[in-house]
This record gives sequence, C-alpha cells and structure tokens, in this order.
Amino acid sequence: MTMGAIAYDTAHLIGATVLMMGFGLLYQRRMTAVIRTYSLQAMALAAAAAWQAYIQDAPHLYATAAIALLFKGIAVPAALQWLVRKLGIHRTVETALGIGPTMMAGVGLVALSIVLVLPVTENATALTRESIALAMSVVLLGLLMMITRRNAVTQVVGFMALENGLLLGAVGAKGMPLVVEISIAFSVLVAMTLFGIFFFRIRERFDSLDLAYLETYRGERQ
Amino acid sequence: MISLAAAFSDPLPWILGIPLAGSPLLALIPRWRWGAWGNVILSALTLAAACGLFVIRPEAGPLLFIDDFNIYLVVLTAFVGFSTSLFSAAYITRESKGSRLTPLQLRFYHAMYQAFMLTMLLALCANNIGVLWVAVEGATLTTVLMVSLYRTREAIEAAWKYFILCSVGIGLALFGTILIYLAAQPVMGDGMSAMAWSVMMKRASSFQPELISLGFVFLLVGYGTKTGLAPLHAWLPDAHAEGPTPISAVLSGLLLNVALYALLRFKMLISANGHALAPGPLLISLGTLSIFVAAFMLYRRGDIKRLFAYSSVEHMGLMTFAFGMGGPLANFAGLLHMAMHSLVKSAIFFSVGMIAQAAGTKRLADIRGLTASRPLLGWLLVVGVLAIAGLPPMGVFMSEFLVISSTFARQPWLALPVMLGLLVAFGALVLRLQGLAFGEPTPLPGLEGVRAPSRFTRTIGYLPIFAHLSLALVAGIMLPGPLVTWFQAVAKMLG
Repeated sequence: MTMGAIAYDTAHLIGATVLMMGFGLLYQRRMTAVIRTYSLQAMALAAAAAWQAYIQDAPHLYATAAIALLFKGIAVPAALQWLVRKLGIHRTVETALGIGPTMMAGVGLVALSIVLVLPVTENATALTRESIALAMSVVLLGLLMMITRRNAVTQVVGFMALENGLLLGAVGAKGMPLVVEISIAFSVLVAMTLFGIFFFRIRERFDSLDLAYLETYRGERQ
Repeated sequence: MISLAAAFSDPLPWILGIPLAGSPLLALIPRWRWGAWGNVILSALTLAAACGLFVIRPEAGPLLFIDDFNIYLVVLTAFVGFSTSLFSAAYITRESKGSRLTPLQLRFYHAMYQAFMLTMLLALCANNIGVLWVAVEGATLTTVLMVSLYRTREAIEAAWKYFILCSVGIGLALFGTILIYLAAQPVMGDGMSAMAWSVMMKRASSFQPELISLGFVFLLVGYGTKTGLAPLHAWLPDAHAEGPTPISAVLSGLLLNVALYALLRFKMLISANGHALAPGPLLISLGTLSIFVAAFMLYRRGDIKRLFAYSSVEHMGLMTFAFGMGGPLANFAGLLHMAMHSLVKSAIFFSVGMIAQAAGTKRLADIRGLTASRPLLGWLLVVGVLAIAGLPPMGVFMSEFLVISSTFARQPWLALPVMLGLLVAFGALVLRLQGLAFGEPTPLPGLEGVRAPSRFTRTIGYLPIFAHLSLALVAGIMLPGPLVTWFQAVAKMLG
C-alpha cells in the first residue's frame, strides 16, 4: 500500500469518527452524556486537523488541532458540565422530535450531502472530496440537533457541533489560509462567553433554561 | 517624517484604526456624557477619513481594497454612523434621565458602537472573503450585545433569537466560503490570493462552475439571513424592536446593506464565471417573497418599531429583486435604493425613538395625534413615512419607479407582483400613519416628571433627521451628475 492510500484512509477514518459523534449527539438522552459526546467529537476533530497538518505538510494546522483539543475538547465541555451542575437543570434532554425519526432524518441528511458534494468536486483530489462531504454531513447534523432540541444548552451544543463540521471542512480544504481557522476558534471563544452571559441572564429571569418559557412571549404586545 | 507622510497618503488605515482604537478608549471613559461625545468625535473622524477616499484611492492589498463599488458604501456607512452617534448622544441624555441604563451599561454601549462600526467598515473594505466573513461574524456579536442592553425579558428573547439564527446563518456562509475557495484553489494555487476579490474576479471564468453554484446557495442562505430576506427574517423585527433605538437605526440603515453587499460580491463572481447557476431567479424569488410577506405583516403590527422593521424587510426584498433582475438600469435602481433606504429608514427610526420616549410606550394604539401634540416631531414622521412608502418627490420614489419601469420593459409579469406588494405596503403604512399623526392626541406620559431637554440636546436630536430627509429629497428631485455617472459605472460592474 502506498503512502497516498494510507493518508487517504486515515483521513477518511478520522472524518467518519467526527460524523459518528454527530450521530451520537442525536440519540443521547442525558445532558452530561451530550456534553461528553461533544467533547469526543472535538477530540476527533483535533486528530483530523493534526493528520491534515502532517499529510499536507502545513504546520499551522497543528495550531488548529491544539485549539480544537484544548479549547473545544477539554475547556468548553468542562465549563458546560460545571454550568449544568451549577444550574441544576434536569438530567433528561427534552426533544421536540422522537429519537427514531431524528436518526432517520440524520441518515437522510448524510445521503444528501454525499449526493450533492461528490459530483461537483470532480476536479478536487479524492481527499478533499471526502472531507467536504463529511464536513457538510456534520454541519447538517448539527443543524438538525438545534432544531430537534428544546433546551438552551443542547441547542448550543448543536451549534458547536455545526462549527466542528465547518472546521473539518476548512482543514480539509488544501492550503486554506490560517486566518479563517484562527477566526473560527476565536469566535467560539467569544461565543462561549456570550452564551455564559446569556445563561445567567435567562436564569435570572425565568429560573429555567427551557426555551418554551421564552416562547410565551411572541413579540407583540397587543 | 516619511512614515507620517505615508500614513496620511492612505485613508484606509485611519478608517479602520479610529474605531479600533476608539472602542477600548470609550470603555475606559468613566463619565457617560464624555463617552457620548467621544463617540460623536470618533465617528466624525471616521467620516472625514472615509471622505479622504474620494481624494486618494489606495492600492488593493491582500486583505483590504477599495474599488468603485465599496467606496460609496464606506462613505454612506461612515455618514450614517456619524449622524446616528449625534442622535444617540441626544437619545442617551433623555434615556439616562429615565434611569433605564446605568453608567456602566452606557460605557459598554459606546464601546460596542465603535466596535460595530469597525466590523461594518472592515466587511466593506475586505478584499479577502475570509476577512469579510470574520467581520460579519463580529458585527453579529457586537449587535447581539447591544440588543440585549436593556435586559428586559423581551430584549433577552430578541437577542437570543437573533444570535441563534444569525450564528447558524453565518456558519452556513462560512461553508459557502470554503466551497468558493475550493473552486478557486486549483486555478489560483494555495494561500491568500485564492480568497482575494481583486485577483479572483480576473480569473473567475476558469473556476469550476458546479462548486461555485453549490457555494453560492450556502452563501445566499447565510448572508441572506443577515440581510433579513423572508423566510429567514424572523430575527429582524425582534432585534429592531427591543434594542436601543440608535441601534435599530444602524441595524436597518447599515447592517442589512453590508450583508447584501457581501451577497452582491459573490453574485459578481458568479457572473464573471459565466457557467455557474444564474443567481438572478434565486434573488428575484427571495426578493418578491420578502416584499409580500413584509407587506402583509405590516397590517398586523401593534408596535411602532416592529412596524418599521417589517418595512425594512420589504425594502431589502425590493433591492434583492432589483439586483436579481440585473442589467444597467435595475442595478442602478438597486444601488440608489440602498442609499435612499439607509437614509430615510434611519431618519424614521430617529423620530420613532423620540416619539417612544415621549409617549413612554411603543404601542401604536397608545400613540395618536402627534402632529397636534408634538408638531415638529409629528410632521417629520409624516414626511419620513411618506418618503419610505414611495411618494414623490423623495428619492425612494425615484428608485422604486426605476425598479418597476425597468422590470416592465423586460419581464412585465414579474413587475406585477412587486407592484402589488408595494401597494399593499403603502396602504398599511398610510393606515398606521393616520392613527399616529392625526386624530385626538393621546397624553405623552413619558415627558411627565422629566426635566425638558436643553435646547442643545433637542437640536442634535433633530439635526440628523433633517439632514437625512433633505439628502433624500435632493436625490429625488435632482441626482447630481457625477453621482449618476458613478452609479452607472458600478451598475455595469454588477452585471
């Protein structure tokens, strides 16, 4: 087996792991398990970035990998676990759509991304094609999670899973400038503090993080 | 000395540097009055630097550039930013008398205002699609913080909704950006140049068309969310209604324009490619849908700021429609409408802010007879609303007329639904205006127990409204010749 084939297979394997964790997020019923699965996804993403850095010979991607591992894989999940404990929010995750239908929809979305991406990337290398298809699947699964969950924390995890997908796409695109990777990591950081403020404010007002409480207000004061 | 001369020869670092330095500076100023004036001075300096672009056009760099298209939006943004900072100083003076905001919140507000201006200007000047994305993301973050400033239940819901919807939108836009890079990379090679507008436009015809098409769909959904196109507009009315009024004015007048600008740049790339999907039909259908949804929603509004927020959705729809039609005349109309809508809508929000402060409420049913109780404010609102509804002789009439007539000449069937939507919206606005401006005046409890603002505060509150409305009037009566030639040149660029 040539080096190119090994490089391809490993990248494929790691990308598929990120995708698997995306599915994992969809069927977890406990808040702590959701956060742990997200952490695993971020670590898989770090591995993907490091592998791309190695095979593309692009050392700046190691920085992306380090940020993904330390910040998204360790710090953010720890902060979220702390937040969940501190707020004492219920352990079960409330879903707007059952687990079964959600998984079916997820499979459909992955099929959709493959059907969409593979035909249009014929000129790109096989490596890029696969990572873009996987990245788009992860993005769509994150979106699905945001739609099917009612709780603010799980929605945020869905959003961060979506960002993991974006990052997977960015590291897979050969030679993409660093600006974007740093900006993504940075925006997650800012977003996180932002979310923190929000949680506390919502907590102050409603004593709950269930968005259904917010929805009683429809924006019209007739 | 040489470096000093070099620094003055290029306005671009100043345009971005002033708000960049200003934001932390204003966060440090302890007294809010000084903060408000600092904000005005910084915005005036930014405007002066932006006007410098007319004299010296900087060379295109790898990250920033100025061309015929963005120069006008940079100057417009700096101008509206400056006049809003004036209005904001008057607004904040009144607001702090009602003690709705603490000094610390006001410091934060002013710092965020400058940070917002920085992100807007950076997005407009960006030569790199990655920098553009970062700037639009930054704009989302700063405005979310400003929308939630009052910390009421409504403000928190509005900010949350805005944040979630626009973050997802911006996420999808990034995916689109990655796809465009992938389309460019085989031709341009790795690295920065594969993301720079100025270089990409020259070689766009050899990019892979399918990849650009797929990327454009993601970009359309992503930046379209920020433009407030239906059905992705759900965040817009809430964010406009619950934040401080100066922020509603800059959201409508600037942020929506910048998001549309981002879309148009990618549309230019597609047109330059020539083989990718035609963006016209997509823009036309989203635009028409926005006009319709907003026009009918206008009838059921009970809140004065939400009413005008929906009117912004309608006008963004109209611009998107015009750019979707394409061609020199429709593009000309779209560009003109962008400027006119910015000026008039922010003027309306300025008067609405003062009205809501005087009435102590935003409920339309509780505000009546303004031309009798507050003649100047009432009549300014009448002029502003009639202007935005598209009555002559204001500039909005001119641009709407151009959109409709150019569409009639080419695709009469497309002009009909647009005209219908505009008429429905016109009816709604006139209906609401009648209640607001005429009839038996309601008491204005917001003014009771509050010391009347000084003559100076009143003047700087009204000045921006007068300035914006007179500019719109001048543009409606006689658009200056150089401006026309220049609009025509840009319209040609847009394809």
